[in-house]
This record gives sequence, C-alpha cells and structure tokens, in this order.
Amino acid sequence: MSNITNEGLILACSAIGAGIAMIPGVGPGIGQGIAAGLGANAVGRNPGARGTIMSTMLLGQAVAETTGLYGFAVAIILMFANPLLGKL
Amino acid sequence: MIIGNVCNVGLLAAAAGTTEEVTFGVDGLWSYELFGQTLWITTSHVSLVIVMLVIIAFAVIANRVIKKADPNEVPGTFLNIIEMAVEAVDSLTKSNMGEKGYKFSNYIGTLFLFLITANLSGLFGLRPPTADYGTTLGLALITFILIHYNGFKYEKFGHITKLFQPVLLTPINIIGELATPMSMSLRLFGNILSGTVMMGLIYGLLPMLLQVFIWPLFGVLHGYFDVFSGLIQSYVFCMLTMVFIAQTFGDEEG
Repeated sequence: MSNITNEGLILACSAIGAGIAMIPGVGPGIGQGIAAGLGANAVGRNPGARGTIMSTMLLGQAVAETTGLYGFAVAIILMFANPLLGKL
Repeated sequence: MIIGNVCNVGLLAAAAGTTEEVTFGVDGLWSYELFGQTLWITTSHVSLVIVMLVIIAFAVIANRVIKKADPNEVPGTFLNIIEMAVEAVDSLTKSNMGEKGYKFSNYIGTLFLFLITANLSGLFGLRPPTADYGTTLGLALITFILIHYNGFKYEKFGHITKLFQPVLLTPINIIGELATPMSMSLRLFGNILSGTVMMGLIYGLLPMLLQVFIWPLFGVLHGYFDVFSGLIQSYVFCMLTMVFIAQTFGDEEG
C-alpha cells in the first residue's frame, strides 16, 4: 500500500471522477425519450404538422442535452487535461 | 484556463505518452512565440483552412454557374441544387424571424454552410474544426453580439431595463444572458467532440486486421456520429441563433 505515488493517486481518483461525471447522461436520455415519445404522439394526432413538430422536437431535445454535455466536458477535462496534476 | 487546457488535450496526451494510436485530441504541428507566449498551429487550424478552401471553391464555382445561367433554358443539376439550398435557407429564415429578419438569411446561410462542411469533415479523416472549443466559442460570440446589437437597435433603452424587470431576479437575468453563448458553444463542441472521441476509441479498440472485416460497423457509426449528429447540431445552432435574434424584434412584427 505504501508505494502509491501522489501522482498515481490523483490519476486514479480522476479516472473514477470522470466516470462519476458522466452520470448526468441519464437525465438528457430520459428527457429526450419523453420529447421523442410526445413528438410521435403529436404526429399521430396531426400528421399534417409533421415538419413543425419535428423541428420543435429536435430543438427541445438539443436544449435538453446541454446538461449532459456539461458532464461530458468535465469528464474530458479530468481525463485528458487534468488541472489537479498541476497542483502537486 | 480550462479552455486552454481543453484545446491542448492532444498535447498533454502526447506528453504523457499515453496514446500512440488513439488520437482524437488537438495535435500541435508548429509552435511559434508571440509576446512571450508559446502558441501552436494545431490540426484544428489545418482542417479549418481546408474547410474554408472547400467553401471558397464552392462559392466561386456557384457564382460562375449562376452568372452564366440562361433564363430561357432548363437549369442544370448543380444550378438546381444551389437554387433549392438558397430557397430553403430563405424560407427557414422567413418562417422563424418574420419579414424583419429576412436580411439575416445571408448570415444564417453562411453559418449553415460552414457548420455542415466543418461537421462532415470528420468523414474525410480531418479533425472537425468544431471539435475545438475556440471555433464554437467564436461562432457563439458572433451570435451574442448580434443579439445585443439588435436588442439595442429595436428595443432601445428597454433592452437594459428588461434585465431589472422583477428587481429580485436581476442576478439570474444577467447570468441567463451570459449563459447563452456558453451553452450554445458547449452544445456544438460537446456533440462533435463526443463523436470524435467515440470514433477514436472504437478505432483504437480494434486491431487493424479486424477493422477491415467489420467495416459496415464503422460505416454505421460514422453515419450516426458524423453525418446525423453533425447535421442536427448545425441545424440546431442556426435555429437557436435565429430564435434568439428574433426575440429582440419585439411584438411589432406581424
């Protein structure tokens, strides 16, 4: 146990942190699924408005995706541009 | 600080000697000194220049074809495609921004053309320029400036007093205004970068021999990550730009 270097500890914990930082992917998945389901529902009720429904749905899904991408950005920073290593 | 770090992902990965085959970071090609800082010409710059050359060549050819067009004859395939694209952008702008926003169709068309070419450049072995935070932040800042220029133009002083509308919510309003370019740029950057990272990981995962046998898998994945995701994100970026600018026009349109 005594031969863990400081750098190795930070790298290991950053890898775990990057994994945890991807948990926000759950939220956008649920949200986009709900939006797509309601979009399909709306097309079923009113097939004529397919184009408008499609573009509104895509816009809403893209906005809902933002929080997941924040998590992704944190994970990428922890994996490849670790700011904590510079603090040693 | 963080932005600089993300842009230098490839440099750090190369310095650590971690990844030889899996390369999806921004790699520096040449370095130069400016005002005591070491700056890099990276792969993003190279693919950005290639994308710009492609767009310029397309524009020059399209210009020639349009100038030579004879109204009495049936237009050719290329001319038809150009006309369809211009009409599509015009009608999209008109339906989202109204008559007042029709003059923005130039900018929206340029943005669309650039984003589509940049996002699809991953198919040709380039690193997409939009997978670099510098590019997307620049585009989002142009939108930010356009929003506030038009806000002052159409709402005059009301554009500032709007921020203090419920006095208690002033900080939230200001943060909301500042978050617009951040979220727009991060959305485009994150989507394209995640596609690049996924493709890089999958290419690095499998040995070369196996990659030859299961090429349909790569075709499907490129179709999803590069084509589908890239087109959707360029559409969304243009759509959000139009919606945000059209908000400042107020109720008088119609």
